[in-house]
Amino acid sequence: MMTLPDLTVLRPGSVAEAVEALRANPGARVLAGGTDIVPNLKYGMYDTRHLVALRGLSSELRYVREHQSGELRLGAMCSIDELGRSELVKARVPALADACRQIAGPQLRRMGTLGGNLCLDTRCVYVNQSHFWRSALGYCLKKDGTVCHVVAGGKRCVAAASNDTAPVLLALDASVKTISPRGERTIALHEFYVADGLHNTVLAPDELLTEVRIPAAAARRRQAFAKLRMRAAIDFPALNLAVALELDGHSVKSVSLAVSALAARPALIKGLQDLHGHAADAIFAEELGRRAHKQCKPLTNIGIDPGWRRDVLPVLVRRTVLRAIG
Amino acid sequence: MRPSVFIRLLVNGEEHALAVPAQRTLLEALRYDLGLTGSKQGCDKGDCGACTVLARERAGEGRGEAILSCITLAQDAQDLAITTIEGLAGPQGLDPVQRAFADCGALQCGFCQPGMMLSARALLDDNPKPTLPQIQEALSGNLCRCTGYTKIYEAVQVAAGLRAPAQRAPVQSERAAPSDSKAQTVKEIVP
Ligand SMILES: Cc1cc2nc3c(=O)[nH]c(=O)nc-3n(C[C@H](O)[C@H](O)[C@H](O)COP(=O)(O)OP(=O)(O)OC[C@H]3O[C@@H](n4cnc5c(N)ncnc54)[C@H](O)[C@@H]3O)c2cc1C
Ligand code: SF4
Ligand code: FES
Ligand code: FES
Repeated sequence: MMTLPDLTVLRPGSVAEAVEALRANPGARVLAGGTDIVPNLKYGMYDTRHLVALRGLSSELRYVREHQSGELRLGAMCSIDELGRSELVKARVPALADACRQIAGPQLRRMGTLGGNLCLDTRCVYVNQSHFWRSALGYCLKKDGTVCHVVAGGKRCVAAASNDTAPVLLALDASVKTISPRGERTIALHEFYVADGLHNTVLAPDELLTEVRIPAAAARRRQAFAKLRMRAAIDFPALNLAVALELDGHSVKSVSLAVSALAARPALIKGLQDLHGHAADAIFAEELGRRAHKQCKPLTNIGIDPGWRRDVLPVLVRRTVLRAIG
Repeated sequence: MRPSVFIRLLVNGEEHALAVPAQRTLLEALRYDLGLTGSKQGCDKGDCGACTVLARERAGEGRGEAILSCITLAQDAQDLAITTIEGLAGPQGLDPVQRAFADCGALQCGFCQPGMMLSARALLDDNPKPTLPQIQEALSGNLCRCTGYTKIYEAVQVAAGLRAPAQRAPVQSERAAPSDSKAQTVKEIVP
């Protein structure tokens, strides 16, 4: 039994009220589906005294819409389950629907939201533990301590970004819309994440993610998502990745590959431009696997052998690319 | 004493007004404030499914979908209509899911059962004739450390009217051969 710390729960009925609640209560945290923040609060990972619950914002922030520009717009309060089932999402961004269907287990997919998934806290075997467990180890940089147990002598937390929608949305050049007491902004997803396990996004504490925007071009790209995990349900990713390709006949016009569950920031594999014009074939898939292997170094932040995860990565990339090519 | 808040919960069709600590989870409110201990406190952090309850918007219809009460705040559940295992049986007696679990012997220690049966009920409400993979998927967020799941899947198929409980031949054990003379003489020394 793990009781929650003392909390005041605020229940705004609109986006405007939620922004006001965040402004009036510095240090408050947002509660959407609660599937990440509630366990973390039970672990004593946050010192916050106020939660701003977003359930009352569902009428404003729960939608799947196609804008006249062809852009797909997803409200932050869409549940992971409904995105996995949405005909529009399946038709336009099948890799996203696929990723959603592989998140956690069925109950968690119904409770969990898209906004909460993109803002998921980073994870590490040394921190997603009870306060007693962490105290026995002398804590770590992420909370209450001064050392990192993953990187000896490390000065920066490298807990793993573990959100399964992030690699897909990164590979498809999505962006997010936010609102705070200072107004609204739109942030490209490749600028949204930062390499800091303590807080791996550029969101300010009083800023709310309201919408995800996926460009019209995403529907024309061949795409696939893959996830490595020990059990086929419930488990967080031991690795996840997404590939998006534009083909011109049988040759590759453009390609992006995102890999995550490594460190704090989901990684876009760099330097793939020289592959544009390459035939979309098994050699190309093999080459992407080789490059991902070179650029990605799994760590012990996830309790599954990092050497094995690294060995598996190029295989997973190759298979996923071949699946995308079809 | 932690600060209390006043909340309303709609559980199994009954409205309850409660004063609870602000950080009470729905599971704690069910078990410790309402005495509905059918919902189990397993991991208490969203992994195991033992605390599964059914929930829908108050204005909605039916019993709703399976969610985890251990990571739902009681305050945040006030807009929901909740069904727990205590509310599954109707005036006609046990729900077909409960009856099928009993008929199939789909339980051992029983700890996972309230959650299992509620996940199964929500599946059948939504999809009355599920395939085996659909049953497996719907129950994939409920862990059972005893049964190995085979009889649980069978019970859901039975509840859906897709099959009869398996007829398993009673184990044919051979009579032990008399091992020594004492065993033979027991009768004689009993008064
Ligand atoms: C057992 C278990 C297994 C899981 N497996 C997976 C998995 O395989 N893959 C995966 O990706 N996730 C997994 N999760 C995590 C989680 O269920 C999902 O990521 C879910 O989508 C999180 O959404 P939520 O609404 O519940 O987030 P919450 O817990 O409500 O919030 C998560 C974080 O985001 C912030 N936040 C939420 N919404 C907003 C918003 N609109 N604006 C700004 N900040 C916001 C919160 O303040 C909090 O810090 C798992 C969780 C559990 C308990
Ligand atoms: S990566 Fe290091 S600092 Fe970060 S949570 Fe893990 S042990 Fe702590
Ligand atoms: S008690 Fe394990 S998921 Fe709630
Ligand atoms: S019967 Fe014991 S956990 Fe399922």
